[in-house]
Amino acid sequence: MRKLTFEEIASQVERLCIEANTVIGDDVTGALKSACAQEASPLGRSILEKIIENNDIAARETVPICQDTGMTVVFVDWGQEVLFEGGEIKEAIHEGVRRGYDKGYLRKSVVQDPLERVNTGDNTPAVIHFDLVPGDKVRILVAPKGFGSENMSALKMFKPSEGIEAVKKLVVETVDKAGSNPCPPIVVGVGIGGTMEKAALLAKRALMRHLGSSNSQPHLAALEKELLEKVNALGIGPQGLGGSTTALAVHVETYPTHIAGLPTAVNINCHVTRHAEVEL
Amino acid sequence: MEAIKLTTPLTKEQSKKLKAGDQVLISGVIYTGRDAAHKKMIEAMERGEELPFDVKDTIIYYVGPCPAKPGQVIGSAGPTTSGRMDAYAPALIAKGLKGMIGKGLRTPEVISAMQEHSAIYFAAIGGAGALMARTIKESEVIAYEELGTEAVRRLVVEDFPAIVVIDSEGNNLYEQGKEAYRKK
Repeated sequence: MRKLTFEEIASQVERLCIEANTVIGDDVTGALKSACAQEASPLGRSILEKIIENNDIAARETVPICQDTGMTVVFVDWGQEVLFEGGEIKEAIHEGVRRGYDKGYLRKSVVQDPLERVNTGDNTPAVIHFDLVPGDKVRILVAPKGFGSENMSALKMFKPSEGIEAVKKLVVETVDKAGSNPCPPIVVGVGIGGTMEKAALLAKRALMRHLGSSNSQPHLAALEKELLEKVNALGIGPQGLGGSTTALAVHVETYPTHIAGLPTAVNINCHVTRHAEVEL
Repeated sequence: MEAIKLTTPLTKEQSKKLKAGDQVLISGVIYTGRDAAHKKMIEAMERGEELPFDVKDTIIYYVGPCPAKPGQVIGSAGPTTSGRMDAYAPALIAKGLKGMIGKGLRTPEVISAMQEHSAIYFAAIGGAGALMARTIKESEVIAYEELGTEAVRRLVVEDFPAIVVIDSEGNNLYEQGKEAYRKK
């Protein structure tokens, strides 16, 4: 049986925390460049140019793209044929976060008790989502999540009779209400179906998808396209100062749901749509 | 459009000339403060104590920077969402604060305090913290060190890029810009 140790997991998470916070994906850069070429507002274009320049500096100097280096969300797809040795898997991940945020000079933005609000000082704990998958590989995806955008997210439990129109309205209204707060151009993750928490997780997962990719189901790909056009027609634009680029992408993910429900979650990400992953 | 060069302190005379949509380059001393520091400052005012700095004609930058790497003045330092400071801003504006740098929407209460006292709301580019850190030449924690990234810092900036979003007459580029580009 394949084995992975505490140190292997911790050191990978450490590396991924620094990489995700300093190097933006080529897909995001590509989306920003094409938005810049199409943006109707001159001020909007100049903002997009500065964002691209910022991301270049961050990658070149290994400094954080944004000072909000986020709460660390970690997706772990653990192959069920892999054995873990040397302690607790969760603790290995937290240790990786602790080291990454220290060595990478990343901001520590986590408070221990949500009501008493004392900073933990090392950005732990991470929010970890485990999935058991077939095989002998482990995939770890680290996605630091800034809260300017996280705070603008929404979830509704619709009646099935309200249907797709209610879903569209929620997405467009959530983006409209968020305005300049989540640092547009944004990426919109939409989760439809499952239960309340499943919809939220689908929306988060949708943000991890490669920008420029479409849902493999044609009716959902069409919904993504329609929603992107609708949110970009709002006029919010780069940084909310007006323009034709409010979102770089809308990604929709679905899951079967109950006969009585239509849970819908909208998770907003800023233009710093960060993640880094490894397969072990 | 040519950017307007501004040097702090920001007087009433200067602030009245600025219009929503103006691009500015700010130089001089500015102060940082976000959620926790604002709460502490307002509590200090309520107890009749002095603030960590004289807010008259100053600019507060809503930022919680990253730690500085060796050789850096400050880590990445872009704006945070201003709305969380809305509950505290009018009291500081009434005390003479002339400028706020952040991102995102403000409440009508903040805007009316700005109109009454000729204050300006500037937006910096959210998510461009590496770029903005380069314009910060000095950084010193002057209060609430225990708050870590949320401590009050005195910064010296040189050509810090920002955009006037809400001017002293209440003109609001967030509204004007959206209206201009919205497809009806």
